[in-house]
Amino acid sequence: MCNTCGCNVTDGNRHLLSIPHQQKSVTAITVLSNLLKHNDQQADQNRASIESHGVLAINLMSSPGSGKTALLEATIQKLKHKLSIAVIEGDLETENDADRIRAQGVQAYQITTGTACHLDAHLIQQALTHIRLDEIDVLFIENVGNLVCPASFDLGHHRNVTLLSVTEGDDKPAKYPVMFRASDVMLITKTDLLPYLGDFSVEKAIRYQHELASQAPVLALSSRSGEGFDAWLQWLEQEVSQHKIRIQQQQSIKPTIQAEGQQLHQQEPVRFRPVARA
Amino acid sequence: MHELSLCADLMDQVTALAKTHQAEKVVRIVVKIGPLAGVEPHLLESAFTISCAGTLAEEAEFITESLPIRVLCNVCAAETEAPRSNHLLCGECASANTQLLSGDELILAQVELLN
Ligand SMILES: Nc1nc2c(ncn2[C@@H]2O[C@H](COP(=O)(O)OP(=O)(O)OP(=O)(O)O)[C@@H](O)[C@H]2O)c(=O)[nH]1
Ligand SMILES: [Mg+2]
Ligand SMILES: [Zn+2]
Repeated sequence: MCNTCGCNVTDGNRHLLSIPHQQKSVTAITVLSNLLKHNDQQADQNRASIESHGVLAINLMSSPGSGKTALLEATIQKLKHKLSIAVIEGDLETENDADRIRAQGVQAYQITTGTACHLDAHLIQQALTHIRLDEIDVLFIENVGNLVCPASFDLGHHRNVTLLSVTEGDDKPAKYPVMFRASDVMLITKTDLLPYLGDFSVEKAIRYQHELASQAPVLALSSRSGEGFDAWLQWLEQEVSQHKIRIQQQQSIKPTIQAEGQQLHQQEPVRFRPVARA
Repeated sequence: MHELSLCADLMDQVTALAKTHQAEKVVRIVVKIGPLAGVEPHLLESAFTISCAGTLAEEAEFITESLPIRVLCNVCAAETEAPRSNHLLCGECASANTQLLSGDELILAQVELLN
């Protein structure tokens, strides 16, 4: 009890008081909810609806021009007879990427974000109404080219693929730790250009990634020459078959980092705590 | 510039709380942002100044608190503080097999309402 007026101020909560002993009462509520609660709720709904069709959803993130669409084009070509694929494309402007994917003979829906530098769960919800999920095994979501913003938004996908093209320099994981820490697999792309650059070290890139305590495999490949592509296709096919088993057992997964975060910040119920009474 | 979208979600939560508790206005908002959240506290603060206009939180004090990056080693069980956000190895044995104990928070921690 507070000596002056008998309010509920104690040494433990005194610091929470911003306007002490005023006429009206101030109530402090401990919330402890994720800042992105609404996005995350929508993401969980997206994930459930994607899973109800047995589909695996993969989010591709990288800086602009690292080769996300080229990776998808080559992947579709090589897996055409094994897996059925659809793509949601995110760009600020143009239908170009969706057109490139449709030219490969698969479904594609283009989201144009205008000025927004990332996709979010609500944009994906709308896009999903344009995709025939019952016809596919894998849904790729190509995020807006950006190494910062997309990492904060759960879309309702299952796995994060990050791309680092060799022309960007091998220290990108050290410069953008939040993004690269989110990797479930990290792809070093455009390796056919390595001979022209000379100073990109695949080992260094792997070391920087390792320093993020990331357990994600790092694969080097070229969508142009096909070099290193088999390991990527193998990773993908394995993820698809594991996902089918999980779905049969009615289990769900989130990208490693989102699952970890959720475990870390087990949501506490909203508490109601009056700290001052007039 | 995803701070504005973050703020929109935040404002939804705050105004919903204010309504539930029939508050006259929001006095103070405390958010916790870890260095690994991918959010710049000062950008979020400016986003708040824009988003709060015309809401019950228009005059609210907006406080961002940071937390240290701490990792738990799955190999030697040491709990150590990471020196920077791109070095999350165990501070004792340098293993990469660590899990984050804190540092990626993006949490609406507390709201103070005036009734
Ligand atoms: N040499 C070489 N060029 C590549 C490779 N992959 C992509 N490119 C080229 O890099 C440029 C960008 O590739 P995109 O696939 O459009 O990159 P993106 O990441 O989808 O780009 P945004 O969607 O705009 O962010 C194009 O000119 C591609 O031809 C590769 O493996 N080798
Ligand atoms: Mg593209
Ligand atoms: Zn250790």
